Amino acid sequence: MQSASVHFRQRASGALADKHLQRTLKRFGSGFADKRAAARRAFGEDAFEILREASAAIRDRALEDLDAWLLRFEAEALRRGSRVIWAEDAAETCARVLEICARHGLTKAIKSKSMLSEEAGLNDALAAAGVQPVETDLGEYILQLAGEAPSHIIAPAIHKDMGEVSELFVRHHGRPKSDDIAQMTREAREMLRPHFLSADLGISGGNFLVAETGSVAIVTNEGNGRMVTTLPRVHIAITGIEKVVPTLEDLSALNRILPRSATGQEIENYFSVLTGPKRAGDADGPEHLYVILVDNGRTRLVGSELQEMLRCIRCGACMNHCPVYQTVGGHSYGWVYPGPMGSVLTPVYQGLENALDLPQAATLCGACHVACPVKIPLPGLLRKLREMQMERGLRPWAERAAFRAWAFTAQRPWLYALATRIAARALKWMGGGRGLIARLPFAGRGWTRGRDFPAPEGRTFRELYRAGRRRQT
Amino acid sequence: MQAMIRIMRVGLFVTCLVDLVRPRIGFAALELLQAAGCEVDVPQSQTCCGQPGWNSGDRPSARALAEKVIAEFEVFDYVVAPSGSCAGMIKTHYPELFAGEGAWLARVEALGAKTHELTDFLVNVVHLERVPGRFAGTITYHDSCSGLRELGVKAQPRALLARVPGAELREMQDSEVCCGFGGTFSIKFGEISAAMAQTKCDRIHASGVHAVALGDLGCMLNIEGRLRRMGDATTRVLHVAEVLTAKA
Repeated sequence: MQSASVHFRQRASGALADKHLQRTLKRFGSGFADKRAAARRAFGEDAFEILREASAAIRDRALEDLDAWLLRFEAEALRRGSRVIWAEDAAETCARVLEICARHGLTKAIKSKSMLSEEAGLNDALAAAGVQPVETDLGEYILQLAGEAPSHIIAPAIHKDMGEVSELFVRHHGRPKSDDIAQMTREAREMLRPHFLSADLGISGGNFLVAETGSVAIVTNEGNGRMVTTLPRVHIAITGIEKVVPTLEDLSALNRILPRSATGQEIENYFSVLTGPKRAGDADGPEHLYVILVDNGRTRLVGSELQEMLRCIRCGACMNHCPVYQTVGGHSYGWVYPGPMGSVLTPVYQGLENALDLPQAATLCGACHVACPVKIPLPGLLRKLREMQMERGLRPWAERAAFRAWAFTAQRPWLYALATRIAARALKWMGGGRGLIARLPFAGRGWTRGRDFPAPEGRTFRELYRAGRRRQT
Repeated sequence: MQAMIRIMRVGLFVTCLVDLVRPRIGFAALELLQAAGCEVDVPQSQTCCGQPGWNSGDRPSARALAEKVIAEFEVFDYVVAPSGSCAGMIKTHYPELFAGEGAWLARVEALGAKTHELTDFLVNVVHLERVPGRFAGTITYHDSCSGLRELGVKAQPRALLARVPGAELREMQDSEVCCGFGGTFSIKFGEISAAMAQTKCDRIHASGVHAVALGDLGCMLNIEGRLRRMGDATTRVLHVAEVLTAKA
């Protein structure tokens, strides 16, 4: 997927001006966050914290020896009849999928949700090669009809309301308009059913890879994942290399925290552990199972000071708790992954200079860190990216100069006292009788465009304190 | 023989925003600490904890200012700041600035251990029972992010506000959600920041209070600035220390 992250500011501005989107975002609001909080309470808050700790440790153990666990996964998967393919980047991922299509003469692919497919821009590649891609996750299906990208990693069409979906269905399904969600869902199922039955290829993501058994674990709520991975004669699972965990025991622990963190569910409606293709005597399953392990920038994180980001299990809790995400929506971020995790991943995968705003577009409020099931210190990682921008000279000249001037002054108390005396008086004067500054100059305009700046009292604490001490003696 | 009473020597870290914008909050903090029986010193050379540099990727500047703060404040029994953000910088982030430097790290950790946000100090260290303030009306409390999530400041300000005669506490929805300040974020992304402040102001209005109290100047300027721009000239935005000392 082409990144538009350099345009974050303009896209966010557009999102703020879009009244319809703002209403939809407000309605979504804290829904997922509230459900997660309820699930956490039901689980026991102390126990939940222990589970978070354990989950982070499981992910770290896998990442510390990532190469070894991946090789183990490959060996076990091969032993059980799967084929394992390694892809370095988006282009290679698409190329490998198309090779498989050519080898087996495949023409129609039903897909369950895969963020890696979005990273690779797989649908366009498939269509260009004459393989029809059909998204079967309801949210993804809606977006495919609309020609849009996901705005949330687990609720991809969260930015669309019922009315928009209803109109979209009328246009594409040619049936009478409905405003009943259950009816619309039935309609989507009816439209998808023939595709499920006629497709010769199923493409899925993979929530986890289990090294000791060579299995791919997939969680879904709609059951489409089951059909995608069992009905067509070929199944391709595409995952990032970081998704591996050592054992089934580890998988079990992570699968307790993933749904609770994502949607507040105790368990997803469907949880599949896929180990090899159909064996002789099996009732169903694909004849061929391919697992494509994709790097696409991930190895750059291994051993770096951002490695903790690879713990991510793609639950979406960080964006569900992010007040910036809630305000501007997922499309503002401009690439596959929005919100706090996206603001770390996008600069790393797409280049620091191609997503300059993302690490800056956060208040570092810490809500994401507290909600993350694998305790990724997201604010800290965003701060490190800011440091990298500064070190590589990627911040504007005026900003760097301002920081140098501030640091120079703040290290010299006499100069600082003088500067603040002048500033306190000048700003008080600007505030006038109401004590409010309606327009600040220079960078301060960023503040006063949407807010007043409450004017200082006029004298600094330092001055008043010294004057008081003099009076006392 | 007279009992030896050890008087706590507290260094007041005024914070750069209080110094420049709202000195009366510094004096309110001073009054509260003195009311609790502390001997308070205000080092005159203090300027800033370095957080603006730290959060903006300017580690060398943050580091230089951190060294200055350590030298100025390590002599005290306790260090108190009327800000969860600045206290959080010292307690949580200074150790990251000096990671792997044994001698410095020992000093940083010693300083961090005795540094407190004002209301946390008043409740958990000196167990202040009676507060000098009074307030006529309803108050809601906004949880500032750093204080809440880095230092666990949540019950402390509410406990103190509950002791103010005349003040009626009323919780707003989403009191823990960020107001949109975020330091330089408020300037770099002023439009998003103001929209977030608007959401906070809507919550404050929905709670129908006379005043919102909080513990950090950044949130204070942000929320007050947005309320006034919206034309609300009456809802008061007060630092918790102002309410506790009747300086409101």
